[in-house]
Amino acid sequence: MSTLEKTSKTESKHKLLRVNGSEAVILSLLEEKVDTIFGYPGGAIMPIYDALYNYQDQLNHILVRHEQGAVHAAQGYARVSGKVGVCFATSGPGATNLITGIADAQIDSTPLVCITGQVPAHLLGTDAFQETDVLGISMPVTKWNYQVTKAEEIPEAIAKAFYIAKTGRPGPVLIDITKNAQFGEIDFKYSPCEKIRSYHPYPSNNSNQIEEAAELINNAKKPYILAGHGVLISCAEKELQDLSEKADIPVALTLLGLSCFPPDHKNYVGYLGMHGNYGPNIKTNECDVLIAIGMRFDDRVTGDLSKYAKQAKVIHIEIDPSEIDKNVKTTVGINADARQTLEALLPLIKKNNHTQWINEFNECEKIEYEKVVKDQVNPKTDKVFMAEVIKKISDKTKGESVIVTDVGQHQMIAARYYQFRKPNHLLTSGGLGTMGFALPCSMGAQLGAKDQQVIAIAGDGGIQMTLQELGTISQYNIPVKIVILNNHFLGMVRQWQQLFFDKRYSFTEMTNPDFPKIAEGFGIDNEKVSERGGLDKAIDKMLASSGPYLLEVEVEKEDNVFPMVPSGESVTNIRLD
Amino acid sequence: MSDIYQDSHESTLRKRYTISVLSEDRPGLLNRVTIIFSRIKLNIESINVSTSEVPGVSRYTLVVNTTKDIAEKVTKQLRKLVEVLGAFLYEEDEIYYQEIALYKVPTKIFLHGNKIENLVRANNARILVIEEDYIVIEKTGHKHETQQLFNLLNEYGVLEFVRSGRVAISKSKRQTQKYLDELENSETHILNSSNGQDKYGKN
Repeated sequence: MSTLEKTSKTESKHKLLRVNGSEAVILSLLEEKVDTIFGYPGGAIMPIYDALYNYQDQLNHILVRHEQGAVHAAQGYARVSGKVGVCFATSGPGATNLITGIADAQIDSTPLVCITGQVPAHLLGTDAFQETDVLGISMPVTKWNYQVTKAEEIPEAIAKAFYIAKTGRPGPVLIDITKNAQFGEIDFKYSPCEKIRSYHPYPSNNSNQIEEAAELINNAKKPYILAGHGVLISCAEKELQDLSEKADIPVALTLLGLSCFPPDHKNYVGYLGMHGNYGPNIKTNECDVLIAIGMRFDDRVTGDLSKYAKQAKVIHIEIDPSEIDKNVKTTVGINADARQTLEALLPLIKKNNHTQWINEFNECEKIEYEKVVKDQVNPKTDKVFMAEVIKKISDKTKGESVIVTDVGQHQMIAARYYQFRKPNHLLTSGGLGTMGFALPCSMGAQLGAKDQQVIAIAGDGGIQMTLQELGTISQYNIPVKIVILNNHFLGMVRQWQQLFFDKRYSFTEMTNPDFPKIAEGFGIDNEKVSERGGLDKAIDKMLASSGPYLLEVEVEKEDNVFPMVPSGESVTNIRLD
Repeated sequence: MSDIYQDSHESTLRKRYTISVLSEDRPGLLNRVTIIFSRIKLNIESINVSTSEVPGVSRYTLVVNTTKDIAEKVTKQLRKLVEVLGAFLYEEDEIYYQEIALYKVPTKIFLHGNKIENLVRANNARILVIEEDYIVIEKTGHKHETQQLFNLLNEYGVLEFVRSGRVAISKSKRQTQKYLDELENSETHILNSSNGQDKYGKN
């Protein structure tokens, strides 16, 4: 495309190109090295789609089936590729359909730039056709948003959007562009944003606090590391491992931190939280120094805060200053990038040995194995259990696939039984708990990591929330493997009803469609397995298939996820059955 | 008032806090600011927004009655807003503050004797304008002072009364322009690392 050559990085500073606002949007995205957009056209964004028509060889636009699919796909794309996810939607309902995904990206720190069309500026506030106050609606769930009403503002707004989305604690940004701005003509000139005076994403290290932290760690008898998503975002996997090995400290991971530490490492003790492992939960209330890295002490991790790690000195390394002292009061709060902090901390750390302390975790692991894991992965009943399906997938893929989960029992089972051996290989909706996340997220992930095996794991409830994305997967032949663990229930809610609401199964049982037939309708290869005997072969066949594939596994209807910290109780009260 | 956001470890003692915010002067920012309070059902007792001494920079003064813990958390959330340049939390003894009140009273109450005139003098108020039908009195002071004058004048009938939000200035020696200069020159805009960028900083 000749126009693009004219705006290649070296020349863009010198040559001005006369374009309309819509083309300026496309050129700005190209300047930000965007190669994939997930979107859905409509009246108020048609000029941008018209401009996109000329750039199809540089920008791969994926037409989703619902805007929520676009935003989850962009999340998946971002989290595997390390690039900002981009989506397009029209005004009104197009924009409001993005909101769930934007909220999800906000709470799970995922960088997105969402571009929405808007009615012409002169119609703003008139209740025009498909007009909605998307700026107002998205304000509580975006890191930043901005409404462009003049074409001249487009390059700067987009440059700022990318800078804000990806720096510091990443998050979603929404740019709303009125139709008149899309038509307006400008001389296009692009300068990437490198600085905003009111925005300081990388607080500088405080060496005093790092020294204090080192002293606490060096003198600790029972130090304990809790690592989260921030380790993955700051690329601190190696430094985390170095710290754990040098001072011999056990490491537990949050749901979003999974895959940042090798699962077979001798210091890896498991996964934290409501359905996490036994040892990691109870030992929180026995350690003497708690080192939290890139995590935010979510209530699903802490349970009752008044009974959480009260005995421990707490070191909290966190890039978002508002997270420090928010839920857990720190002894030493270090507001900085996790990798930078660990780099500065490591030379001050003394070699140490905590074998006995780590062995206590191993003892807990044995208890958990006997009471929970054993029967989950080798069930004595005829019915297939979710855990054995996940275990088989984990073994057969050597823990190297990108696993995308939905929300509910299968999500917790996937987190517990898949052995994540590569960083950024679990994509899950942690903070918001968005059912319907898996299917669209997996297609974005597959496009962001074309050489990886991407497996979506969903329940029968969640899959039906965004099932129409099978159309997108089919149209673009996106080779994701989709596993539906069908227990004919909204399983997690049913589990709570069983345990806490006297088995009153209020509206959690589902009569489901014939999923293979649906896949067939979309032209997607498929299989259904109802018995243990056929499971291995079906998984092998799915993994060997070259295109998209849907595997439905009929599982035990009333299986429960254990261990479990009952909502609002102390982590010490974790139940094994 | 916020009960759901209460931290059981912190003192539940409520106090009056003043939060002073410097921000870019942008439409919509007020909405982002107030969302932080409404999200936790924290009532804003008074709010004042105007341009500061620095062109393009707004100054917000917000007053809340809450616990120290919540006041600190809210201040951190305010600092986190992309267009906020600074947010400062003050207790009552860390600031000088004033509110302004306007009282519209019928002109006729001035006519018989000098009671009203004495009230105005005694309360350090002043007469802003005299019209045939009404007189507007202005007073600055703390809320209880402007309220006290209202109560006194209202015995003769106040037609309309309006009071501004609090404006406050800190007792610190900080200079706004200097603060902004330091902010601009701080090295916190990019990840300064010899060892590579973060996950999303590579492109």
